Amino acid sequence: MNNQVALELNKVSKYFGSLAANKDVDLTVYRGEILSILGENGCGKTTLMNMIAGIYYPDHGTISVNGQEVVIRSPKDAFRHGIGMIHQHFKLVDLFTAAENIVLGAKGDKRYNLKDVNRRVEEIANKYGFHVDPKKKIYEMSVSEKQTVEILKVLYRGADILILDEPSAVLTPQETDRLFDILRRMREDGKSILIITHKLHEVMSISDRVAVLRKGEHIATVETASTSPAELTEMMVGKKVELNIDRPEPKNVSDRLEVKGLSLVNTDGIKVLDDITFTARSGEILGIAGIAGSGQKELLESIAGLQHPAQGEIVYHNPKTGTSENLRDKDPVSIRELGVRLSFVPEDRLGMGLVGNMDIIDNMMLRSYRKGHSMFVDRKKPKDLANKIVEELEVATTSTHTPVRRLSGGNVQKVLVGREIASSPTVLMAAYPVRGLDINSSYTIYGLLTKQKESGTAVIFVGEDLDVLVEICDRILVICAGRVTGILDARTTTKEEIGLLMTKTERDTETDPDMKEASR
Amino acid sequence: MEQFFSQFLDFALTAVSLGMTFLYGCTGEILTEKAGHLNLGIPGIMCMGGACGCLTLKLLNQSGLPPVLLVLLTLLASFIGGMLMGIIYSFLTVTLKANQNVTGLAMTIFGAGTTKFIMSGISSATEAFQNYLYAKNYFRFPFGGNTSALNYNGIMVFLAIAIALIAAFVLNKTRAGLHLRAVGENPATADAVGINVTRYKYVATCIGSGIAALGGLFYIMGWSGTCDAYKSIEQLGWISIALVIFTLWRPQISIIGSALFGLLYLAGTRIPTLLGIQFDMSVTKLLEILPYAVTIIVLIVTSVGKKKENQPPAALGLPYFREER
Repeated sequence: MNNQVALELNKVSKYFGSLAANKDVDLTVYRGEILSILGENGCGKTTLMNMIAGIYYPDHGTISVNGQEVVIRSPKDAFRHGIGMIHQHFKLVDLFTAAENIVLGAKGDKRYNLKDVNRRVEEIANKYGFHVDPKKKIYEMSVSEKQTVEILKVLYRGADILILDEPSAVLTPQETDRLFDILRRMREDGKSILIITHKLHEVMSISDRVAVLRKGEHIATVETASTSPAELTEMMVGKKVELNIDRPEPKNVSDRLEVKGLSLVNTDGIKVLDDITFTARSGEILGIAGIAGSGQKELLESIAGLQHPAQGEIVYHNPKTGTSENLRDKDPVSIRELGVRLSFVPEDRLGMGLVGNMDIIDNMMLRSYRKGHSMFVDRKKPKDLANKIVEELEVATTSTHTPVRRLSGGNVQKVLVGREIASSPTVLMAAYPVRGLDINSSYTIYGLLTKQKESGTAVIFVGEDLDVLVEICDRILVICAGRVTGILDARTTTKEEIGLLMTKTERDTETDPDMKEASR
Repeated sequence: MEQFFSQFLDFALTAVSLGMTFLYGCTGEILTEKAGHLNLGIPGIMCMGGACGCLTLKLLNQSGLPPVLLVLLTLLASFIGGMLMGIIYSFLTVTLKANQNVTGLAMTIFGAGTTKFIMSGISSATEAFQNYLYAKNYFRFPFGGNTSALNYNGIMVFLAIAIALIAAFVLNKTRAGLHLRAVGENPATADAVGINVTRYKYVATCIGSGIAALGGLFYIMGWSGTCDAYKSIEQLGWISIALVIFTLWRPQISIIGSALFGLLYLAGTRIPTLLGIQFDMSVTKLLEILPYAVTIIVLIVTSVGKKKENQPPAALGLPYFREER
């Protein structure tokens, strides 16, 4: 790191209505450094970055690049000043090749020629150590390859200041390490990198300095070497937070749900689940680890009756009657009518779990409307429930009548998880319940799951943060490409072991060299 | 046998020529759909193209302009007529973000109605020839006045093919084409890399509408050459939209596709005569479903195939809101 200032924000503010997303934020970024932006959900990290990248325009304050005050009104302006942002949700055209996506919108002096583009992309990729085929279509790519394309897209435009919004959220530990190596190489090349993340251990390992935001305000920027996760959390939340997850020993363990040899073929004729066998026990949290899209969603949907497996059994041991029932080929409604209670937090919060245009109360009713006695809706009970959830989970909303779509991602998640837990299930399946949540609310959710476990529910938790899985679960089921590659005792395993199992395929020899080295 | 062969050749030439009406509409609609807009106003726009062209010919009659200029001005008028319709459609669906289906249908009703109004004014049986049909052989250059089926072919057929080829080149080989496809596939992505989504949508829709409008003019002046031809344009416009699906959004395929649709469209009425069979009127009418039936089969085949490249643009029919989170 040298002392040349690459980017400077001076008293930048942004208001949405009367709400201040950012207030008088000062920030300095030097050339050749990696700066982490840390903060809770809704603290304005992404808004701040969006202002630098030209998505939003600040209401007050100035932005300077290389000492010159600049006006950034659009992403195009940002590119002109050498600023590029890699969004959390990839902005790529699925149907285009990597090279086509990279060249999209870029100014070219010469005639458009895809061959030249392919060559230049390869040059840049080799310089920083990316592995990418410029002719590969995006829809054939894995998540980490897509991310590579996003980064190359920004580098292709000659960006010197890169902003990454939660880059590791979708990667395996090995992929994250590789990404960080690339980022370090860019730092050596003199690029400035701003990285938004929730994961404290990543902040500690990658960044030179950390800027902490709280409620839209810049609290402090500290040298990573001279701080600790506990101190950072305290700055972020404004009070001390216990970062240890309480994991009581399972009590009254009995088999609740047995999945035997479950196979599922999707509408494209691809086998998404292959001979899955496991048991979920009451009073226990069973974690499911795997790269996104390895069949987690299909597995949970099969159990919830939303998918129709080709083979196998799902045996449910009813704690009330002591009988066993096969849930397979039953639809969700009849599963409920049988007294089998499954609660399901789908991956896509607004897609399957909640109706965006309805308020919190009405969304509570979606799960319970069958219980009504007359033809008119009774909003009293759902209203009480909504108020309880808003209060207990600290949902930031003006009232329970706010349409859910206007809440921020983290708050939507809280409403959804709160509703599912309120139905006091015997089996609780939660897929990525903390995706996009800040530390404080994540720990609230972990607490809720643990509480469910203690009350005798069989909890199935699909997670992406392996550190958390290892800490909260009792057992961890690892799946890879629809197959179970291992069931581990969470108390003795390591995340490296899980990471290896997550990528363990039959074509093991074809996986990349680092992986083989590690397994040796 | 020889007579049958020459009759069949006549039929084929006539039908392929008719297909060029679809080709104009189809190329125009492909450009619009590539920008993510399903323009169901194409039938109305084609009607308007025909009406604007005929009106111009009526005004230029007696002006003593050389035929080349006359043809060029008429084509231009027709094109501009279509573009004006395109601007109305774009303003409603791009700027005001109105529902595309409803807007498109309204444009068709508006276009067809206005055309009926204009054309009934200038095409009463006795005056139509003096008003505009006098120029029909210019539009059929160099085959105009030919006694064989070649009569139906001429510059406007070549123009249709040329436009389709240019459209294919622009879409696949130029930066503007890449940007346009990105807008139709994923406007948020296009916006994020600095492409002016609104401008691309407007330009593609307006140029597409202009091209489609030429189809209406071609049908009246190039193919039919009769004074009540305008009454069938709307119907042909719907086939153009079906053809877009058939060609899987590729202008280069639409050249062959439109010829095939021309054959299918006329097969019902012409093939029985060719074979010397007499069908009941109801049967010939029924055979007119052939182009639609083929489109449905193509839809089934491509849906089963699930190949990503053969699917409609991903953002087709969806308005683009920038600030949405």
